[in-house]
Amino acid sequence: MAPVNVCIAGAGTIGSLLAAHLGRVTDVSVLVRRDEHARALNSEGLRVSGRADFTARVTAATEPADLPAPELVIVACKGSDLEAVADRLVGEFGEATVMTIQNGLGAEEVVAERGRWPLLSSVTFMSGTRHSDTHVEYILDAGTWIGPNRATTPADARTVAQLLITAGLKAEAYDDLRPAQWSKLIFNATVNGVAALTGLPHDRHFAEEPLGPLVHALMDEGKATAAAAGVELAEDPWEMNVFATQRGFRHSPSMLEDVHAERPTEVELINGSLVRAARSHGVPVPLQETIYALVRGKEKSYS
Amino acid sequence: MRVCIVGCGAVGSLFAANLAQLEDVEVWAYDASREHVDAINATGLRLSGAGDVVGRLNATTDASELPPCDFGIVATKAMHTDAAIAATAHAFAEGYVATVQNGLGNEETLARHVERVIRGTTFPAGKIVEPGHVQWDVKGDTTIGPYDDRTPLEEARRLADACSRAGMPTTAVADARGPQWRKVIFNASTNPIGALTGLTHGRVCERPDLRALVSGLVDEGKAVAAAQGIVLDSDPEALIDHAAKPEVAYDHKASMLQDVEARRQTEIDYLNGGIVRFGKEHGVETPLNEAIWALVKGVEQSWQP
Repeated sequence: MAPVNVCIAGAGTIGSLLAAHLGRVTDVSVLVRRDEHARALNSEGLRVSGRADFTARVTAATEPADLPAPELVIVACKGSDLEAVADRLVGEFGEATVMTIQNGLGAEEVVAERGRWPLLSSVTFMSGTRHSDTHVEYILDAGTWIGPNRATTPADARTVAQLLITAGLKAEAYDDLRPAQWSKLIFNATVNGVAALTGLPHDRHFAEEPLGPLVHALMDEGKATAAAAGVELAEDPWEMNVFATQRGFRHSPSMLEDVHAERPTEVELINGSLVRAARSHGVPVPLQETIYALVRGKEKSYS
Repeated sequence: MRVCIVGCGAVGSLFAANLAQLEDVEVWAYDASREHVDAINATGLRLSGAGDVVGRLNATTDASELPPCDFGIVATKAMHTDAAIAATAHAFAEGYVATVQNGLGNEETLARHVERVIRGTTFPAGKIVEPGHVQWDVKGDTTIGPYDDRTPLEEARRLADACSRAGMPTTAVADARGPQWRKVIFNASTNPIGALTGLTHGRVCERPDLRALVSGLVDEGKAVAAAQGIVLDSDPEALIDHAAKPEVAYDHKASMLQDVEARRQTEIDYLNGGIVRFGKEHGVETPLNEAIWALVKGVEQSWQP
């Protein structure tokens, strides 16, 4: 499978970055929610600034039926919009393989129960800022990790990883994504949660007194949960944290931006998934439970 | 009897203006706010709300003006205790110094500067509406007791008697740690949850996951108190549920939430930080209080450029 026609479902920051980059090397269509968003993309294309600087042509529509039949669909919306976007794929794109890229756990299941497409899993570390419907700034050029899920093979994952690399993105294929997915889950549950509650971007505070020991203890709970779930982590989340805080760039995790803007966060897919996995394996995670409860509470304080 | 209020903010002003009503008590007040001090000296210290009182007293921003006093009542925010008592200690060379502040550790700080210390916990509350004028929101009891055997219970009773006669009901007891720890546990288990989530007390308590977190914090605080042989004068859980009622404090924004919204340094070091510190000294684990302490410290760090 070498997909020549890719559909990006959901054009937020990650979806826009994927659509624009892939638009340089293959035919890309974009499924969006708003008419004016589709019109703007069709007339102006999609501009990338920051780490790269170019404008790509894409075909956009608000209905799947108005798009060319894709061989690969990347569901790139935020976790908090996943069910709504997945609902719109029901009965569509019968020939396609569908790849999820949301934070946390469980995105594959949400898509799987809505159609019989072959599925790929992925997680991404790249980030950016969406300046408008047709302009996204590429800020952190970190990788995307891809693995097989339902009715796909490691070779399928490698094909898509190669496609992303050809498009100018960083990607890596894994025979089993769960070790990487869980590393990121533990990292996100901790870093995004603590950032959302403190207002701190992900910077040196996360590796120093007084917050560092809490971050470490939260990750230890996550690691105990992964061990109980039989997952051997691809990377140590604490080392990921220390590395990220040393690169001199103060990244604002999406959950922090969400609470600033009083938007729903991805707390259920991220923190909720980790806490539920811990409960089902009988692993006590009182600190992760604390972060989960506090972020959910913070969402309730929105005016 | 000569009494000096050290830190004449809202709570300090309640003591100062009421004590100034007594003929046998001469009241001084030491405060860092020049405007507040000038207004008090010009027109008196006015309370309105739960009680309407104007107190005539001697206020100063210059500690060297203070005469020798029989009693001090320290009512600064906990992070200002050390500087305030260092400046005023000379006035208490022969006297007794009581704290009515929030949190843990204020007595220890006072005892580094003065000989004779009285522990205390107070519930009345108010806010400064303008220099020289404090709105008295809530009446309430005060409990005081000797910090160590250098303070006879009899002296604590003398101060309690004066406060009670002045309209600030105060009880002197041999061990005032029970009321102090009950209030600290209440505050440490609820205030930072409001501060971190932005929710009022009642809305925190109606969410089962947050209410469970509050109980987890209470249980750690109780264990640290028990390890020191402290008997709480009542269950903080009862106080928490009572406060959550619509007619009590459902809509109340915890003072720490107000601090966070105004980007003012909080009292977290003296609440959860104090519970963690006493827990370490007595071999009691307090992971939840430590987590909450670290998160609020992180909030404070996020304000730095």
